[in-house]
Amino acid sequence: MSARDRILAKLKAANAAPAALPDVAGWYATHRVQEDAVAKTKRFRQCIELAHAETYAVSRGGWLQKLWEVLSAKQIGNLLVAPGTAHGARAQAELPALGIACPAYDQPIENWKEAMFRDTPAAFTSARAAIAETGTLILWPDANEPRLMSLVPPVHIVLLDTAHIYNTFYEAMRQEGWASGLPTNALLISGPSKTADIQQTLAYGAHGPKELVVLLIGDEQ
Amino acid sequence: MTPHTLQFMPSAGFRARSKAVVDNPFLRQSFRGAMDFLMSKRAAQFPDTEELESLRTLGESIRQYNLAKLPTLLEQLEANLTRNGIQLHWAETPDEANAIILSICQKHSAKLMVKGKSMVSEEIELNHAAEAAGIGALESDMGEYIVQLAGEKPSHIIMPAIHKTKEEIARLFHEKVPGVDYTDNVDALIQIGRNVLREKFREADIGLSGVNFAVAETGTLCLVENEGNGRMCTTAPPVHIAVTGIEKIVEKLEHIPPLLSLLTRSATGQNISTYFNMISSPRKAGEKDGPNEVHLVLLDNGRSQAYADEQLRKTLQCIRCGACMNHCPVYTRIGGHAYGTTYPGPIGKIISPHMLGLEATSSMATASSLCGACGEVCPVKIPIPELLMRLREEAFTAPHANPAMRGQGAGYSRLMTGIWRGWAAVYRSPGLYRMVSWLGSRFGWLMPSNQGAWTTVRVPLRPAPKRLRDMLRERG
Ligand code: SF4
Repeated sequence: MSARDRILAKLKAANAAPAALPDVAGWYATHRVQEDAVAKTKRFRQCIELAHAETYAVSRGGWLQKLWEVLSAKQIGNLLVAPGTAHGARAQAELPALGIACPAYDQPIENWKEAMFRDTPAAFTSARAAIAETGTLILWPDANEPRLMSLVPPVHIVLLDTAHIYNTFYEAMRQEGWASGLPTNALLISGPSKTADIQQTLAYGAHGPKELVVLLIGDEQ
Repeated sequence: MTPHTLQFMPSAGFRARSKAVVDNPFLRQSFRGAMDFLMSKRAAQFPDTEELESLRTLGESIRQYNLAKLPTLLEQLEANLTRNGIQLHWAETPDEANAIILSICQKHSAKLMVKGKSMVSEEIELNHAAEAAGIGALESDMGEYIVQLAGEKPSHIIMPAIHKTKEEIARLFHEKVPGVDYTDNVDALIQIGRNVLREKFREADIGLSGVNFAVAETGTLCLVENEGNGRMCTTAPPVHIAVTGIEKIVEKLEHIPPLLSLLTRSATGQNISTYFNMISSPRKAGEKDGPNEVHLVLLDNGRSQAYADEQLRKTLQCIRCGACMNHCPVYTRIGGHAYGTTYPGPIGKIISPHMLGLEATSSMATASSLCGACGEVCPVKIPIPELLMRLREEAFTAPHANPAMRGQGAGYSRLMTGIWRGWAAVYRSPGLYRMVSWLGSRFGWLMPSNQGAWTTVRVPLRPAPKRLRDMLRERG
């Protein structure tokens, strides 16, 4: 018998009595409020700012200007973009004229790992959605917008449409039907990388981005 | 295969290790401070008692529902992981788990493995096994990195380096990291660690991680972390190996949000961790990063023994938040290293006997005041004090046939049992009690002044010269 079969045989021999299916939906219905779009955006901003992220309200057409301002303020002249996405393509089309180089993540990481780790000060991605309750961005990296963009560069700038803010993590996964198909790597991000491993003192930028900037489309109040 | 060297013999030396910490005011102070900090952070996350209690009840029911279906869920997980292209391996013992991991490394001629935080990898002592096989195993969680650099083991499951002051870490970095000057500025120290480890993430052939939850219906591995090293280990190297205990499974994705909320709030008092990573496959065609191979090693190591017994099965509900140790008056005074086990504190006392056998762990169940704090804070309502009582019974009653646990009766002593039987008999019979108390009041002076462990810190026990009943009679 293999280890697998032995382990399964031992577990099956226990004949555990079935237990009732937990009522997760019922708990969320009675313990979490459904907020309107304005309240959700406000809560999201409060929570993610508490976690040390910067947020800016931008208009649908005007985010590029804010992106440029953020980069200029941080003296970043080089932004990694995903050219296969609409926002990446726009950044790549318009930022170089404003003095920001926009290299594209357009080949497998093996070909340029060293440059990614050493010479990439910032990256620009979108968020698929967000969670108000915890101030969390939902990222869904894919072939166009790879995983390392939101991890390796010290500054990560994210574009979020506030129309896609859910009340809770539970609501996001249910309404989007995640159980019937998840991507290679789905991610929840709630602030820049941090640690409190040295004498419980909080420090940012442990291994991932030191700074997280969120541009909120549609939050103009 | 060489037999696995058991590093952990908690019973041997438990008292001596505890005393060493109790005698060290700096360590005591640092544990006290750290635990107070974690307790107040947790309390701030749960201002609403009704919410907390109902969420704990939900968490408990999720864990119990999934444990009840465990064999079926393991098979479902296997089918879905395989469909997703993740390779699954099963290991009954730490040796088997190490052999599986090392053979994957060897297949890729790996020189360096970077490790995200994984208590299961501590449990199987993977670092030793890897080094013996000529493969570098580098911890990349900041706390684990510090502890590894110091040649120690973690002293807490969530905050591995909680026993160290920043000055100690500053000296350690200055001595062990080439070209580093002494600084006790925490931001600067983190930067030093970041710079060293960034190079390693880039170079490593293998990334190893633990798993917080594995989802059967989608074939997904979930990881909770703050630093980003877990994401680095699971994304940057060409191969990712995850290792976890067989109990960490939930059937449905929707079981995750309540458990995640309970975990991060109970552990560090955060409403969510910085990263929650859900991995469902290796790199797909057209994707530009991520590992080409993902493996999952499922480890038993005594868990199926706990599973076999309905009461002991509750041990497996644990989501490894560490709240029980933060609130434990014993842990707070002696710290994690005194236990001598991978998992210290209350959870360590109830899970380690299944991993190491009662021969090695019989004294652990007695090192509890049974104050109940652990059971009260446990987010999934594991009745830890009740389980400790059960383990005492398993360890200290006479060996019998078909025991529920390996090493049953390991702490049994005929003399001790005889003494307790005599004690019970005296208290059960009024006549005998009267006689013994009379003798005690007359001959109490015969009690020795050296009464073993009791008199090392206390005055000797001596029966009063007059019994209460005699005094009452004199009063009329
Ligand atoms: S036993 Fe409960 S409190 Fe302790 S680590 Fe496990 S889940 Fe947390």
